[in-house]
Amino acid sequence: MKIAVCISHVPDTAAKINIGSDGKSIDPSGVSFVVNPYDEFAIEEALKTKEKLGGETVAISLGSEASKETLRKALAMGIDNAVLLKDDSYRDSLSVAKALAEEIKNQNAELVFFGKQSVDYDNSITGQLTAELLGYHCISVVVSFTLDGNKIVAEREIEGGKEVVETVLPAVITAQKGLNDPRYASLKGIMAAKKKVIEEKTIAAAVNHTELLGMKKPPLKQAGKIIGNDASAVPELVRLLREEAKVI
Amino acid sequence: MANNILVFIEQRNGQIKKASLEAISSAAEIAQKLSYKVNGVTIGNDINDLQSLSNYGLEQITHYKNSNLENYSPTAYTEITSKAITEYDGDIIFFSNTSLGKDLAPRIAAKFDAGIAIDCISLEISGNEIIAQRPVFAGKALVEVKVNSPKKIFTLRPNVFKVKTNSANNTEVKTVNVDNPNLATKVIEVKKSEGKLDVAEADIIVSGGRGLKGPEHFHLVEELARALGAASGASRAVVDAGWRPHSEQVGQTGKTVSPSLYVALGISGAIQHLAGMRSSKYIVAINKDKDAPIFQVADYGIVGDLFEIVPALIEEIKKIKS
Ligand SMILES: Cc1cc2nc3c(=O)[nH]c(=O)nc-3n(C[C@H](O)[C@H](O)[C@H](O)COP(=O)(O)OP(=O)(O)OC[C@H]3O[C@@H](n4cnc5c(N)ncnc54)[C@H](O)[C@@H]3O)c2cc1C
Ligand SMILES: Nc1ncnc2c1ncn2[C@@H]1O[C@H](COP(=O)(O)O)[C@@H](O)[C@H]1O
Repeated sequence: MKIAVCISHVPDTAAKINIGSDGKSIDPSGVSFVVNPYDEFAIEEALKTKEKLGGETVAISLGSEASKETLRKALAMGIDNAVLLKDDSYRDSLSVAKALAEEIKNQNAELVFFGKQSVDYDNSITGQLTAELLGYHCISVVVSFTLDGNKIVAEREIEGGKEVVETVLPAVITAQKGLNDPRYASLKGIMAAKKKVIEEKTIAAAVNHTELLGMKKPPLKQAGKIIGNDASAVPELVRLLREEAKVI
Repeated sequence: MANNILVFIEQRNGQIKKASLEAISSAAEIAQKLSYKVNGVTIGNDINDLQSLSNYGLEQITHYKNSNLENYSPTAYTEITSKAITEYDGDIIFFSNTSLGKDLAPRIAAKFDAGIAIDCISLEISGNEIIAQRPVFAGKALVEVKVNSPKKIFTLRPNVFKVKTNSANNTEVKTVNVDNPNLATKVIEVKKSEGKLDVAEADIIVSGGRGLKGPEHFHLVEELARALGAASGASRAVVDAGWRPHSEQVGQTGKTVSPSLYVALGISGAIQHLAGMRSSKYIVAINKDKDAPIFQVADYGIVGDLFEIVPALIEEIKKIKS
């Protein structure tokens, strides 16, 4: 079975975000980029599934040349092949999903892992969009996954609990933290990954249905009041919460 | 253009979600500004109090009913919602940004080749267009987005839009029985975390961090939460340490929350934690380090030992509540 994993290259979560001169994107200077944290769970689940059931794994990323770093990391963790869908332009999620769906079809992958969310634009929809475009089943925000024959049973996180969901292949799974513990790349893996060729493909120009009009920093909060430094401040805190904030 | 807004109204266990009331209210307001009609669609088995939705300004609500639709089924819900969109000729479709809404809305977007703006925190009208504002980079920035396709989909962040009723009390509720829903993907069981309020839904959250020193002290967080009718949350440090379950984690790789009140106990306020809670309306921090970054976002702070302050706070809250 062919297993694909879609991964994105995103700013480190510790990065300070500044707005670029176009007023529509971030200023990338001084920002380090990493594999999207949720995509590490997706990679791990693809590897575990292959170890159990055999098959072949491929990582797909749509982005600029820099995304190769993220693909390289997937290879180092043990993914067999990598494809870069090369594109430097701004794409909305549906436009990304269309390109990914096309490549998944090319690859003939029956099982596809995504992260539940990219920590850049925080859309959390690319997996579901891609699945629907492909006519694949999809379970999102998955914290446990089993595949038996072509039957899938997965648990997805919801408000105040979990849903146990059943479906069949072909399917898209989007990974939530808790699904597994992503492995570290071994030295051997890292060396082998360096030698592998990342296949580059050009794709059709983006057609976006959404338009990003502008980006700004959230309004700064006024630094608050320090009410005191021990339990004697408690009555005043409670009074402020009741009378000024009116939240309790 | 048919000038119709359609709102997806979400139920769990037959109860309409508060987030849906927010979505209906916002849709009605926008419909009025744009001179659109607004209708609602809901899917489930028995749904309580559908009649109580009659004064939010909707023309009609269709309840698609089948005993197998009480729980979520992505395949069935996608098919039925798509059918409703076609029948109502909806060109603007609202969902709540809940775990169900986030799963369903993109499927609908793909089906109708529609642009989608996720997790909106404000919707303004400019000309005849909706301009949506949404947080990106875990709230470190905000973007303004416009949807240009004929069909436009928005999901609204819960707890942000106000619930507003309307004086006219004239929404018609219609029930359509669904035969053989497509259950190819379906929920076979719902496992509830025991009797606990979820941070993603709570109006007040009390979170604890490494300053609590060990899992055995989290009763302080829970007691304060109980006294306030709040959910308990946690920093990643204590989730990674195994003191608390991941479902409680607030932050960039946990849940993004915007309650009316967020109380941080022994949490330093790392950038990834702030990302998940800085949009809370009021923030209280109790931390012994006056330089902890959490104080930069806190409205009210006490610099001191939480083991001394929190028990006093619990007593004081109990006193005013009784
Ligand atoms: C990729 C990535 C993603 C991340 N995602 C998240 C996320 O989603 N959520 C998140 O929370 N973190 C996240 N983090 C981790 C984050 O960087 C911090 O490490 C974490 O938030 C720290 O947790 P803490 O505040 O509980 O612990 P600490 O930073 O150790 O702070 C403990 C605080 O308790 C105070 N304290 C100690 N004793 C007392 C006392 N007796 N009374 C009062 N105060 C006391 C101390 O002064 C200190 O400020 C992420 C990190 C990375 C790299
Ligand atoms: N440019 C991309 N290339 C490959 N996969 C992507 C890309 N963008 C998003 N994804 C995948 O879609 C998931 C959800 O992303 P998003 O919908 O942007 O939050 C991510 O965790 C990735 O698995």
